[in-house]
Amino acid sequence: MPENRYTSDEMMTVAAARMLRNGTVCFVGIGLPSAAANLARLTHAPDVVLIYESGPIGTKPAVLPLSIGDGELAETADTVVPLGEIFSYWLTGGRIDFGFLGGAQIDRFANLNTTVIGDYHKPSVRLPGAGGAPEIAISAKEVLITLRQNKRSFVEKVDFVTSPGHLDGGDARRRMGFPGKGPIAVITDLGVLTPEPVTKELTLTSIHPGVAVEQVIESTGWPLKLASQLSITEAPSANELGALRDLNERTARAHA
Amino acid sequence: MVRDGDVIALEGFTHLIPFAAGHEIIRQGRCSLTLIRMTPDLIYDQLIGAGCASKLIFSWGGNPGVGSLHRLRDAVENNWPSPLAIEEHDHAGMAAAYAAGASNLPFGLLRGYLGTDLPKYNSRIKFVECPFTGERLAAVPAIRPDVSIIHAQKADRRGNVQLWGVVGVQKEAVLAARRAIATVEEIVDRLDAPPNAVVLPSWIIGAVCEVKGGAFPSYAQGYYSRDNAFYKQWDQISREREGFQAWIERHIMGTKDFEGFRRSLNQVASHA
Repeated sequence: MPENRYTSDEMMTVAAARMLRNGTVCFVGIGLPSAAANLARLTHAPDVVLIYESGPIGTKPAVLPLSIGDGELAETADTVVPLGEIFSYWLTGGRIDFGFLGGAQIDRFANLNTTVIGDYHKPSVRLPGAGGAPEIAISAKEVLITLRQNKRSFVEKVDFVTSPGHLDGGDARRRMGFPGKGPIAVITDLGVLTPEPVTKELTLTSIHPGVAVEQVIESTGWPLKLASQLSITEAPSANELGALRDLNERTARAHA
Repeated sequence: MVRDGDVIALEGFTHLIPFAAGHEIIRQGRCSLTLIRMTPDLIYDQLIGAGCASKLIFSWGGNPGVGSLHRLRDAVENNWPSPLAIEEHDHAGMAAAYAAGASNLPFGLLRGYLGTDLPKYNSRIKFVECPFTGERLAAVPAIRPDVSIIHAQKADRRGNVQLWGVVGVQKEAVLAARRAIATVEEIVDRLDAPPNAVVLPSWIIGAVCEVKGGAFPSYAQGYYSRDNAFYKQWDQISREREGFQAWIERHIMGTKDFEGFRRSLNQVASHA
């Protein structure tokens, strides 16, 4: 693939990585969030502090972990703490700037489902379940979400609320007494959605280069609102793409 | 030390998963067990498929980095080989429940579960009001296993057990249990552990067994790494009932111990 060409997944990971500010503390979910958080660390945010639920704090893995408790995460961390402590002192204690989550389903108020598609007792697809995500969604100061966008994943109402976003919108989180602000951006392979400041409904605010607005609307399971000033995401730079591809190559070699 | 009908916890968060001990439970044909583990992983997929379990308490039920646990799903969705009740939590909730068990307190407390659908399907998640601030907090009943089993890196000759790396909830699981068993990579004369190392003193552990490689295919920091290829292969091995049963018969029921199991697997690999 020539230098200036990239896939929609690469665009998604690069756009998600850009959201992480240098020097912040990020609680990282496995999968797409883990790739984006580590890309941020390898590019514009060398001093980002990455925390995984298995206990590593300030981890700097050379390759992406296959599972959330890989030895690589422990070996390259500033410290590794017991699992209970990660949730009590560090997450609930208010030390996390960003929670970085993925999911199978998301709704218009950025509630996430990683539990079941269909009925809980007779699911059409049984997913792994909650893990650490619900409390990250409740207590991290801000939440970033990244997942691929299509009609199956972007639904009017999730079948199961595993991790609360903005619940039914408006000031619902404040009424529940949640310490964190909740999702501030959803980064997909098509664009970036952010909650409208008052209603908290996810609104398309940025679209990736070469993607048509109609395509985003068609890939969303509710009538998608568009920002009045729709921006176009900056294409991945050579530096970003190089770092991401190196990371993915190292990872593929390590997990072969 | 494990009896039919016991409530047991085999802990180890991705790391130090006590596979050898789990296999022995299958060999001994234990049944009607309540299995507790944050991440059931392949070990509980094996126990469930082999018919050892009647209930599972868990917080994340996938094959990490690979996909589904097919035996767990078959048991929940089709009652095969026997019905399996599930009690589903999240990690923070189970960590709080283990800590409560270790502290001999009736319940664990956390700022969690609010706004999620988990309490709708798990009646053991309740909410309480803080007597000082009025804040609504989640309460989960303490976990008190009959038996907790862990795998650790080292023990000394007196039976003090040391582990390091991702230490998960093993210490809490051992302290919460009525009986505790540790398998270890090696037994050494002296641990020479620094003062704040994670060392479980011999008098809280009922039995220590040396089982080299006893966490395979998970990993033991400082000894061996995770066998990702086996985790991927498990997706195929466990997908169909017949294939799974043949695997259990050949490699677990057909072997005497974990060393035999490893030899049996290696024979397949060398003929592949």
